[in-house]
Amino acid sequence: MQTTHEPLEIGQPVSPTPAPRPLKGTPGRASWMALAALISPALVLYVLFVIYPIVQSLRFSVYRWNGLGPLVDFVGLDNFVEAFNSPDFRAAVLHCAIIAVLSLTLQLPFALALAVILNQKLAGRGLFRTMFFAPYVLSEVVTGVVWRQLLRPDGMVDRVLETVGPLMPGVSSESVQEFIRPWLGDPGVALYSLFFVLTWKYFGLHMILLLAGLQGIPDELKEAAAIDGAGRWQSFRYVTLPLLGPTVRISIFLMVIGSFHVFDLVWVTTKGGPIGATQTMATYLIDFGFGRGRFGYGGAVSILIFAISMVLALLYQRFVLRRDVEGALT
Amino acid sequence: MAVATVPARRILSRTVVYAVALAVLALILVPLVYAVLGGFRTTGQIAEHPVGLPEPWIFTNYLGTLQSPAFWRQVWNSAFIALATTFLILPFASLAAFALARYRFRGREAIYTFFTIGLLFPLVAATLPLWLTLRDLGLLGSPWGIILPQVAFGLPLSIVILRPFFRSIPADLEDAAIIDGCGPFRFYWNVMLPLSRPALSTIAVLTIVGSWNAFLLPLLVLTRQDQWTLPLGVNNISTQYGTDTALVLAYTVLSIVPALILYAFAERHIVSGVTTGAVKG
Repeated sequence: MQTTHEPLEIGQPVSPTPAPRPLKGTPGRASWMALAALISPALVLYVLFVIYPIVQSLRFSVYRWNGLGPLVDFVGLDNFVEAFNSPDFRAAVLHCAIIAVLSLTLQLPFALALAVILNQKLAGRGLFRTMFFAPYVLSEVVTGVVWRQLLRPDGMVDRVLETVGPLMPGVSSESVQEFIRPWLGDPGVALYSLFFVLTWKYFGLHMILLLAGLQGIPDELKEAAAIDGAGRWQSFRYVTLPLLGPTVRISIFLMVIGSFHVFDLVWVTTKGGPIGATQTMATYLIDFGFGRGRFGYGGAVSILIFAISMVLALLYQRFVLRRDVEGALT
Repeated sequence: MAVATVPARRILSRTVVYAVALAVLALILVPLVYAVLGGFRTTGQIAEHPVGLPEPWIFTNYLGTLQSPAFWRQVWNSAFIALATTFLILPFASLAAFALARYRFRGREAIYTFFTIGLLFPLVAATLPLWLTLRDLGLLGSPWGIILPQVAFGLPLSIVILRPFFRSIPADLEDAAIIDGCGPFRFYWNVMLPLSRPALSTIAVLTIVGSWNAFLLPLLVLTRQDQWTLPLGVNNISTQYGTDTALVLAYTVLSIVPALILYAFAERHIVSGVTTGAVKG
């Protein structure tokens, strides 16, 4: 396939560094035919299954449409207005935001603490790391099914609380009984139970990311801080944490965006219930759009989910990726 | 601070560190051990004594699942979809990344940016229109209705991982290959692919794990029960036989064995994959 009938600017090999350097020897040539053969399989699939559907949803989001027949019932932005005004959709957005905030305030410090612990010399460190990360490899379906059994009324969790609770000072078995509730059946706590399960599954991922970040910090810096009289906390606060900034920001981003896309776990455990207490944007989309055959409305909800993700991702690109990654990694 | 207290302090802080690590380890292990042991009990035993070893050990749940044709069909469906996705994503992504990394042509950066935009499109948001597209293409109720979208949604990250990798391979190698009469395809096949094995296996492992665990798309696309993948099977057993806890647990445990085996052998790839994936994505 080494043809030269297209001599324009095609065919010169790109130098490894972003700044082009002078090419040595004969530049390699590839015809546009060859280039098309290389790129088009990926491009066709990508356009057909990623780009085209999203563009389509923009189109049918302004119609009332049950998914069958032609788009005739134009309703303008009514679908969007309906979503904004729907208490269920607002609740779904709120639930996602609650999961995001809890992730940042509880899961992130937890993962960071464990990363710091595993960054020390510790017997069995490799085993701890492997085990802490293992839940990430399990599917959300499996996680949800197992935890649904554990959290059942009178299930394992309740039994453990009944056994361990009274051993603690100032805790009677009556107060344990009062504390115990249907973890996934009580609208007041179901969302927090799900957050707990999400943390169980995902803290290992963030721990691994933060651990990689910690290991990238040269020991010399901490030694220098120690020589300057910094205690362990000061050294952590003023040396380690700022240098860990890029990794922490990545974890923050993944947590926030992940919170807005939660579906599998909720669908398997509560299906958004009880009485909508754990509805997320994704379960709302499947339930109210897909499940009720309201494709126009579902399209509008898709666009809203997409817009929220897009805004978050662009903020991340703008404030995090550019500052941290450019030049260093790509 | 008296010098003599330092060792005592250190011992204390060591103890705290181990205590925390072991407590978290218990938190991870207890649900898993509960699930594995639960499969060896009867549902009645689980209700009465959820803690401790089964007494007596019951094998019917695991054996029954292993003898169930539905279970094996789901294993096969899951494996087929995961492997087909991987075998398509590797050539598609690497060929495109190769062209985008090694050749200069008009619109190259535009095409690359076009691919990276896909990182912003969550499958969740695209599900509904994607379902309509699959319906129009007649792919509903077909494993290809899962495989092709999975490949398409996996391409952006794979290309983003592979392009810098391909770029970092010295131009001298390419010059030498060209002098030896290598065209682009032979250079790709004989030089680039062997050198990129680490990046390719990382993508392969992440793709397999992601596909094995996928739920939303199969839930909407695979309508016939004999096409179901394991996550659908697990969810169904859990809903349909919700009261038969022991059976649910046995089925669930068996469904994760392949993923755990893969994790045991490819932990390094998974870890490096999520780390680079997170930084780039």
